[in-house]
Amino acid sequence: MSVEKIYEAVLDYDDDEVVELVTAELAKGTEPQVMLDDGLVAALDTVGEQFSEGTLFVPEMLMAADAVKAGLDLLRPILAETGVKPIGTVVIGTVKGDLHDIGKNLVSMVLEGAGFRVVDLGTDVEPEKFVDAAQENDADIVAFSALLTTSMAAMERAVGVVCKANENSNLNVRILVGGPPVTDDFAEKIGADGYGVDAPTAVDLARGFIQ
Amino acid sequence: MAQLPSVLLICCGSLAREITALMRAHDWTHMSITCLPAHIHNTPDKIPEAVRAKIHEARGTVDNILVLFSDCGTGGKLNEVLEEEGIEGIGGAHCYEIFAGKENFAALMDDEPGSFFLTDFLTRHFDRLILAGLGLDRYPKLRDTYFGHYDKLVYLAQREDSELQEKARAAAETLGLNYEMRLTGYGDYRDFLSTHGG
Repeated sequence: MSVEKIYEAVLDYDDDEVVELVTAELAKGTEPQVMLDDGLVAALDTVGEQFSEGTLFVPEMLMAADAVKAGLDLLRPILAETGVKPIGTVVIGTVKGDLHDIGKNLVSMVLEGAGFRVVDLGTDVEPEKFVDAAQENDADIVAFSALLTTSMAAMERAVGVVCKANENSNLNVRILVGGPPVTDDFAEKIGADGYGVDAPTAVDLARGFIQ
Repeated sequence: MAQLPSVLLICCGSLAREITALMRAHDWTHMSITCLPAHIHNTPDKIPEAVRAKIHEARGTVDNILVLFSDCGTGGKLNEVLEEEGIEGIGGAHCYEIFAGKENFAALMDDEPGSFFLTDFLTRHFDRLILAGLGLDRYPKLRDTYFGHYDKLVYLAQREDSELQEKARAAAETLGLNYEMRLTGYGDYRDFLSTHGG
């Protein structure tokens, strides 16, 4: 089955091959949703499992996510045309003062691969921008990333601003945090709903929030 | 001359050469050193308990113990361990800050937040720790994924070494970054050991 080849091409980290295969399958009339679920998402789940087991590492995860993104870029407009809705919307960015976005990019790619719509605000983002973007995009989840220990105070501030908006306005989002200096205890202390220790965990948490 | 109390320094393997050089230069023969492997930084959550184990191992065998790990991405957990054990640590966020000095480092980051830092150790082991560690040897296309938001590579040099400077410059080129070298010497490590190591 050719969709299996898409799955295998992601596991080979071959984005060119993914583009070729998806294009060929579209021409043959294969359902985009099938390619998404059985090809791209299934491969990303496999990669996520291997990552969590420690048999595969960040570079490979990034390469696989990049290959998935190449396929998604082709499928997303077609899925949108056919009325397939994303399973949820996530607003994501690194907190004010932190320019390090590798973790954030990885989580974004994996969330997209899992069927979420991702609004990526980039790096060094003011807390209020997360609130504005969540309101504008009717988001379900706001996700904060930080690499630096020195950014933890900025993360606490940003989470506080979103919590306040949740209480005072018509915003109703769950808050996800992640990054090397973050811990479960810290996430709980600052009022986040979940801490994604790695990209696959972040996606599992996001899926859980939506259910 | 009265013998100074013995001091054990618990530090990261990435600092062993520099700290040993400092001890030798100042004739701090009452100090000895024990290291955790540098790659423990890949799993910072393991640092606090690994340091605690080193403290327990050494307690009673020396007069004083000092820890030369900074927070190193432990999110304050290392500091908690040091407080629980009653052990003095050098503090700070990471070794870049200690080498450059707290104020200098803050100024550096204000001036150019997109700075990537190398020390002598990281420069010596650039191919293994940075290129292979990040998978850039296998997947060169990831370079911009990792370094797209960086503008400058700052080599915080502990000593003047033209070969290392050339290596750091080449590293900047490999990563597509501008290059700057700052001779920091041993920064706050020397001051800390002078003050607390007696």
